[in-house]
Amino acid sequence: MTNTIEELVVMAEKSGCKISTLVKKQEAKSKGCSEEELFLKMKSYFEVMRQAANKGVQNEIRSISGITGGEGKKMWNAKDKALSGETVVKAAARAMAVSNVNASMGKIVAAPTAGSCGILPGAVLTVGEKLSKTDDEIVDSLFTAAEIGRIIALNATIAGAEGGCQAECGAASAMAAAAIVELAGGSPRQVSHAVAIALKAVMGLVCDPVAGLVEVPCVKRNAMGAAEAIIAADLALAGIPSVIPADEVIAAMKEVGRMMSDKLKETALGGVAATPTGKNWEKKYAIFKGGIF
Amino acid sequence: MDIFDIIGPVMIGPSSSHTAGAVRLGNIARNILSEEPKKARIILFNSFARTGRGHGTDKAVIAGLLGFSPDDERIKTAFDEAEKRGLVYQLLIENIDESLHPNTVTFELEGTTKKTRVTGCSIGGGRVKITAIDGFDVELSGEYPTIITVHKDRPGIVACVTAHLAQEGINIARMRVSRKKKGEEALMVIETDEKLPGTIKEVLENIKEIHRVITFSE
Repeated sequence: MTNTIEELVVMAEKSGCKISTLVKKQEAKSKGCSEEELFLKMKSYFEVMRQAANKGVQNEIRSISGITGGEGKKMWNAKDKALSGETVVKAAARAMAVSNVNASMGKIVAAPTAGSCGILPGAVLTVGEKLSKTDDEIVDSLFTAAEIGRIIALNATIAGAEGGCQAECGAASAMAAAAIVELAGGSPRQVSHAVAIALKAVMGLVCDPVAGLVEVPCVKRNAMGAAEAIIAADLALAGIPSVIPADEVIAAMKEVGRMMSDKLKETALGGVAATPTGKNWEKKYAIFKGGIF
Repeated sequence: MDIFDIIGPVMIGPSSSHTAGAVRLGNIARNILSEEPKKARIILFNSFARTGRGHGTDKAVIAGLLGFSPDDERIKTAFDEAEKRGLVYQLLIENIDESLHPNTVTFELEGTTKKTRVTGCSIGGGRVKITAIDGFDVELSGEYPTIITVHKDRPGIVACVTAHLAQEGINIARMRVSRKKKGEEALMVIETDEKLPGTIKEVLENIKEIHRVITFSE
């Protein structure tokens, strides 16, 4: 297994194969199982992602707290009028749809976390559809996304409580950008540029969930994360490099997370969670009243 | 960490730490009791207490005690399922204990014949750690096949257990022994790489100084 993105890219370049091909090979070797087994497991995860996305664009799904709901469906219904274009809006709608399912205690795949679970499916389902990719090709791209996430987790963090939202939605967005660059036929080097660009875009993003719930601003941040992944991929595919290499961006993200006040790391004590409206929601719906029940 | 720790687990939302992790803590507590829980007193601490309701942590811990996995759609209706299965529970929300991990829960469980008290925390991404069993400090992830023994604190018992494992070709991934007082009772937790043979529990129970053996795997 590789410890840095640079290592991963160089190895893929040398062997002349896609990152996902390399990742499947490495993972099968380290686990002592077949690549086929890994693929089938990932494919079953992909099915859960697709079901959640479909469920959330077709139905108005309310969260258990009642603060959010129906965003995925609303955005999907408005896609023909979208200013940002069909691909971005479909990806954003699907990302919110999955996030809606998550907040309703429905079934999702953490990618890398539950709070950021819509970004990757939103991006790969939509780009896969646009490029007429087969399910198997999309599933393959998820291995690239997973390896990028693994390297981020290894060298920084993917937990909002440790690194803020840049570590959760940021990582998810970087993973999604990597997957779609590969889906679109980009090179391993372009994958690393897309990762760097996506992470830089949300450097310093705080984790400020209203009432501590995975809803506000999380559902809409999933939409933004998916959109950002597509733009980051487009930049990289257009041949625009990231001046700062991906591994250095990841290190910077870790350091920014360390410098961030605890109030901005999933404690619901800062950011929009600490606004008068945020506090009102907290009082109204979210927290236990205390005592025995 | 492997790639399915990054993409995965498949779980019921909304939170890997507050929902999926909470289910897993309930699962492990159930395994430690090693029979169907009939009465449960569940104490949620810190972030589990503060934000647990909106995350369904309350439903998740009950679902875990019922043996549901983190991707079971019945988590949402766990309170009704508990009623069907005759589990009487009480949830206590202790707001703050700074000495504990932000996401900590204590289970006080009673089955038909057994009782146990298990404390654990959810450390992120659905991964968990059991930190105390019946007053003993432990460290247990629940990710491996697990053996727990309660035995007399004297020389040779640990060697005896590990010798049996060696004989069966079972490699120890992690192990920890703790005791409350020298020479009295000790509790040992062993996590192994290989699956445990069905006979291991009986073999270990036949060692004279071992009072109790619990084995389980995910």
